[in-house]
Amino acid sequence: MLLIDCPFCGKRPEVEFRCGGEAHIARPANPFAVDDQAWGEHLFVRKNPRGLHAERWIHAHGCGRWFNAIRDTYTDRFVETYKAGERPSVDLSEARA
Amino acid sequence: MRRFSFASLLSEALGGHQGWGRQWRAPDPKPSYDVVIIGGGGHGLATAYYLATVHGITNVAVLEKGWIGGGNTGRNTTIIRSNYLYDESAGIYEHALKLWEGLSQELNYNVMFSQRGVLMLAHNHHDDQSFKRHVYANRLNGIDNEWLSAEECKDFCPPLSISPDIRYPVLGGALQRRAGTARHDAVAWGYARGADARGVDIIQNCEVTGISRDASGKAIGVETTRGYIRAGRIGVVAAGNTSRVMAMADVRMPLESYPLQALVSEPVKPVFPCVVMSNAVHAYISQSDKGELVIGAGTDQYTSYSQQGGLHITTHTLDAICEIFPQFTRMRMLRSWGGIVDVTPDRSPIIGKTPVENLFVNCGWGTGGFKATPGSGHVFAHTLATGEPHKVNAPFTLDRFRTGRLIDEAAAAAVAH
Amino acid sequence: MAQTYRLPTGGRIDRSKPIRFTFDGRTIEGFAGDTVASALLANGIHLTGRSFKYHRPRGILTHGSDEPSALLSVDRGPGRIDPNNRATVVEAREGLKAASQNRWPSLSFDVGAVNDLLSPVFVAGFYYKTFMWPRSFWDRVYEPVIRAAAGLGVAPQVPDADRYANRHAHCDVLVVGAGPAGLAAALAAAKTGKRVIVADEQPELGGSLLHETTTTIDGQSAEAWRAAAIAELDAQENVILLPRTTAFGYYNHNHIAMTERVTDHRADAPKTAPRERLWQVRAGEVVLATGAHERPLVFADNDRPGVMLAESVRVFVNRYGVLPGRKIVFATSAVSAYAAAADVKAAGVDVTLVDLRPEIECGAEVERLQALGVEVLTGHTVVGTKGRMRVEGLIVAPVTNGEIGARRVISCDCVGMSGGWTPAVHLFSQSRGKLAYDEGLDAFVPGASAQAERSAGAAKGLYDLMDCLASGFAAGAEAAGSTEVRTFSATPTPVGFKPVRALPTDANPAKVRAFVDFQNDVTAKDLKLAMREGFESIEHVKRYTTTGMATDQGKTSNMNALGIVSESLNRPLPSVGTTTFRPPYTPVTFGALVGPARDALFDPIRTTPIHDWAAEHGAKFENVALWRRAWFFPRPGEDQHAAVARECKAVRNGVGIFDASTLGKIEVVGPDAAEFMNRLYVNPWTKLGVGRCRYGLMLKEDGFILDDGVVARLADDRFHVTTTTGGAPRVLNHMEDYLQTEWPELNVFLTSTTEQWAVIAVQGPKAGETIQNLVSGIDLSNEAFPHMAVREGHICGTPCRLFRVSFTGDLGYEINVPSDYGRAVWEAVMEAGAPFGITPYGTETMHVLRAEKGYIIVGQETDGTVTPDDVGLAGMIAKAKPDFVGKRSLARPDLVASGRKQLVGLETADPGEVLDEGAQIVADPDQPIPMKMLGHVTSSYHSANCGRSIALALVEGGRALSGKTLHVTTPTGFTTVTVREPVFFDAEGGRINA
Repeated sequence: MLLIDCPFCGKRPEVEFRCGGEAHIARPANPFAVDDQAWGEHLFVRKNPRGLHAERWIHAHGCGRWFNAIRDTYTDRFVETYKAGERPSVDLSEARA
Repeated sequence: MRRFSFASLLSEALGGHQGWGRQWRAPDPKPSYDVVIIGGGGHGLATAYYLATVHGITNVAVLEKGWIGGGNTGRNTTIIRSNYLYDESAGIYEHALKLWEGLSQELNYNVMFSQRGVLMLAHNHHDDQSFKRHVYANRLNGIDNEWLSAEECKDFCPPLSISPDIRYPVLGGALQRRAGTARHDAVAWGYARGADARGVDIIQNCEVTGISRDASGKAIGVETTRGYIRAGRIGVVAAGNTSRVMAMADVRMPLESYPLQALVSEPVKPVFPCVVMSNAVHAYISQSDKGELVIGAGTDQYTSYSQQGGLHITTHTLDAICEIFPQFTRMRMLRSWGGIVDVTPDRSPIIGKTPVENLFVNCGWGTGGFKATPGSGHVFAHTLATGEPHKVNAPFTLDRFRTGRLIDEAAAAAVAH
Repeated sequence: MAQTYRLPTGGRIDRSKPIRFTFDGRTIEGFAGDTVASALLANGIHLTGRSFKYHRPRGILTHGSDEPSALLSVDRGPGRIDPNNRATVVEAREGLKAASQNRWPSLSFDVGAVNDLLSPVFVAGFYYKTFMWPRSFWDRVYEPVIRAAAGLGVAPQVPDADRYANRHAHCDVLVVGAGPAGLAAALAAAKTGKRVIVADEQPELGGSLLHETTTTIDGQSAEAWRAAAIAELDAQENVILLPRTTAFGYYNHNHIAMTERVTDHRADAPKTAPRERLWQVRAGEVVLATGAHERPLVFADNDRPGVMLAESVRVFVNRYGVLPGRKIVFATSAVSAYAAAADVKAAGVDVTLVDLRPEIECGAEVERLQALGVEVLTGHTVVGTKGRMRVEGLIVAPVTNGEIGARRVISCDCVGMSGGWTPAVHLFSQSRGKLAYDEGLDAFVPGASAQAERSAGAAKGLYDLMDCLASGFAAGAEAAGSTEVRTFSATPTPVGFKPVRALPTDANPAKVRAFVDFQNDVTAKDLKLAMREGFESIEHVKRYTTTGMATDQGKTSNMNALGIVSESLNRPLPSVGTTTFRPPYTPVTFGALVGPARDALFDPIRTTPIHDWAAEHGAKFENVALWRRAWFFPRPGEDQHAAVARECKAVRNGVGIFDASTLGKIEVVGPDAAEFMNRLYVNPWTKLGVGRCRYGLMLKEDGFILDDGVVARLADDRFHVTTTTGGAPRVLNHMEDYLQTEWPELNVFLTSTTEQWAVIAVQGPKAGETIQNLVSGIDLSNEAFPHMAVREGHICGTPCRLFRVSFTGDLGYEINVPSDYGRAVWEAVMEAGAPFGITPYGTETMHVLRAEKGYIIVGQETDGTVTPDDVGLAGMIAKAKPDFVGKRSLARPDLVASGRKQLVGLETADPGEVLDEGAQIVADPDQPIPMKMLGHVTSSYHSANCGRSIALALVEGGRALSGKTLHVTTPTGFTTVTVREPVFFDAEGGRINA
């Protein structure tokens, strides 16, 4: 069971959280301005990297706040967690493929 | 290929079994193949086998980064069934089930396909409706599946508790008698042996590191840890690693890879006659030929390539098992492990063309790929051989995520109200 | 039976506490402190079971949890029988009944032993090559026979009489293993004041110190040092000592799972005590001091009862005061066996030691042992054993320059063998640390760590006692953030061994049966066959031969198997690889993992404030999501059908009362509340007046229906949102997700109020009259309080939110009162409604009544693939809104394609026939299979009010098929239906305003 560092509450066991999948996927400001292909990709296509991954978590059984995390999907180690709306300090382009 | 039989076994026994040769060769890669299959799991090996046997295409390489059958083929709970709801799913899983029924003889390799029956338990009114919907749809698709009352469930599976006093009493169940289990490793080995005998090169410890494309964008070969290999067509059958492999050709996929855990108990004398599944409490259980109770757990909630999940996933599964089989609390967990399952948004596979010419993909089997192995290989071989999908895999396109024509079995079964 | 093999003195057993138990019905005497294995040996019993495949007689190989052979069924009373217990781990206790397994009719005469004669056929993987003809025989003949022969013990047949406990703990330093290294680590960590937990699988802490009788540490005896160390630790409040506790799993982020055996060893256990306790520990740092396993030697017939590990012989003598034999031969390539031989010799036994190494490699130990009067044969190999049910002799032969000389039989009744040692790196490997191969040690040792852990002592390949203590102390100090260094003085431990694989033999290798995996009956020959057949990866070898897959998970066999594969392939051992270690380290009972999580602790049961009233009034209940809801209220003599028919009529003809408290409720509040609602729901909200309600429909971003419910506007900035019973958490999550992550600029607050409000639905033409005298501050007239309005006021003096809404199509109110008042108000309404024959109804009647009106239920008419238009609710969609969640997806090609399934009503030709929910619909029942299915029945009931059956269905292009005949599946065939509008009752809708 993961140990997750909620930016608001500190380290808590994974069972208090829900994972919301890949982070930083912006909903198009005007969804009708994108074609079906792009909309389908927005809905469904995910990076799914082996390595550093920006992902969303909510401290559902805690403060109830959504936040983001950078986690290595190969080691399951968290590099950092940060509040929604903030950017990570690590450069994800260096992430392992 | 040296034929396996009781007679050949006896004659070898007299000579101390010195006469058996390799079940498949260990060739070095050739510079070029008509078809290169990336991924030496059951699906990839089956694809190679049917390319050779059905389509006569034998200049084929299967590239495996580790050892064949070492991914989800060797890590699943071996449940085989075809009682799916939608025509598309029922079509491909029944296609597979028919091939399973003759597979040991076809491959001359005993894959121990055991038609012990798969019983899916209904625990609430919604399950009842949903399972009857399945039963009726299956009947009209020519697939066996029948509704059992709680008492009939108990008759079919005596260890089952149908007490009304448990948290989710059993109200009934859907039984597919032709469904069952098989010996997972043997499936990989049997296909490997059959493909190898027909000229397919099975190359282990060969990791693909790049997919090369010509100026027009067409895929023309693969970079590997054992050198560059030209390819007429490339089939990616890399399960949990599909996103990574496809990224080498700049194709982004609607996939996420999750840890999926399973466990076995210590072996005991026969105690469990069938396979029981319960979606409501998330439990899958059967007993292997060796006597171990084989129990499937759920996925973790986060993506991971670690082949390791959390203990709470395992314990929750055992909670469910012991809720309906309370006598098993004194059994012991012997071994637990994890696989990496590639899950699509509608939990149905993608089998077919990609935006890159000559590059084909077979992925997204999620938690249920083992049962499809022969059917998946059979239709993917057709797709690779002809460049066009077989009618069975035609609905399983990548394009459905654009059009919205999803094949969402889970959505159809899992909504409570 | 007298304990004829018990030494007159010595050992840690308590001779003042004799105990008796049975083995295969025969009474065995032992002492407190014995394991079942040591007590059996004290009585001269070696034969304890039959092997898995060949049913060969097997005895006790080890003294601990690595035991592969001595597996027993143990009976501690009714509901307390379980199989496959390691005799070397089970503590002997009064009244226990142990039995051998996998034999019939008896242990000494086992019919299954015929398999041993067929062993030339039953080689590794033989089953893949046969049993294929005729095809039908697999399921009917071959497999049942194989299954009956396989398996070990018999599974428990009755519910468990024991209970199990769970405990979560945090600590700064967790020390796994309390041998010399672990104790030293704990001492170092404990001194810092940090919270320390020490876990060890044995009943007593001390590990190897428990059988070191001649060693000294810091000038004291090992036992004195051990006792002092434990006393020091035990005196500290920051230390928890856990004997009988096996750390079995090392999970992410230093989450370690352990099982503590609480009562199995006690004949006098308190009834309330759990049998086992699962500890889940989140440790800051972990010290792995898990020791090492001894390797058997691989030679012909090395599996005979009486053939044991050398160190185990020593343990039985020193710790249990038991002689495993009267004439014991040690066969070894490891120095450690010399200490065993010396100790056994000191116990007065005739000892011979055969060393596989040539004399010049054996060192001074030879002379030391010879000086004690032990015959030492160096440069010899073992080529076989004599005896079947018990070893009677060891056959050895000198090896000179690879040439094997004349055989010699050394008669004996016990063999102690040692092929060296393997660090127990299981937990380290589970932690995903990288193993490194150490050629000098011929073993994998911990390399780079992946988590906050460190190994110490034999677990990292340090076998000298002084090194173990020093490395343990250093690891414990470091883990606790201390820099303290301590050195220890201790008697030097003779260490070192020469790795041997299959022993050289003069026999035909094809005939030699030298076991590598004792439990799964895998021989060196099997491994070679696998390699001959192309199985070269160690994982393939393992899977093909099943080596290492038995209940000991290869603790005694893995390194021998790896070595044999490496040697045969002529490849360095690390390139063959090691198998990945997976949890658990030793088997763990399901019960411990489940703990108390049964019934309501498996999943909580949610009940409403009116639940007890319903139960008192005879309600039948159903599970809906986590809720337990009143299903129907049968009167004496009524079945479900009669009760529901009565309830249905009562509502339409008078008044009914229904507990709707399970409906999800969310308060949406804030200046941007209306804008938020606009973005989340398909409907328009801006213009909804205060005091008005609207039916809201919510989509997922993929365009399919997620949930629905009535929404009331209580103020410009306040909405009272209701959801489906099962959908409440999902809807709140969905709302929070968009609010926090997509539209953080919106000033809105969401609060779940599901549990705050009891909801009492009063429905039927007499609903108004029923409640009018209870309500104050609200004008109930149609003009002042029309359908789909909401008012705040009082009922029975309690503040309430009163909704004029209907899920029945009749006049209706939903009374929301604070939960604590729910039952009181319910009872008041019951009383007020008595003159009108008020009738409580359950979910079944609710379903029927809404179906009569064609109202959908999300999750029944919809299934996650249904759009608003599919269920005829396209009209709900606000045309003017540029965007809402799901709108873009509704424009995707397949969602606007023709031929989608649409909600319709179905009428059977026979009004008494009720269709099956889930039944499939076809146009032509005579078409060949596979048939073209047009849709399915989503809801189907007998409607007492319509005087016939009614059904809702989703049918391809259904709305255009009104009046057409279709065919619906029944359990036996098909029946005929006519398609119609999905409203069966009061199509004009007048009753709602009546």
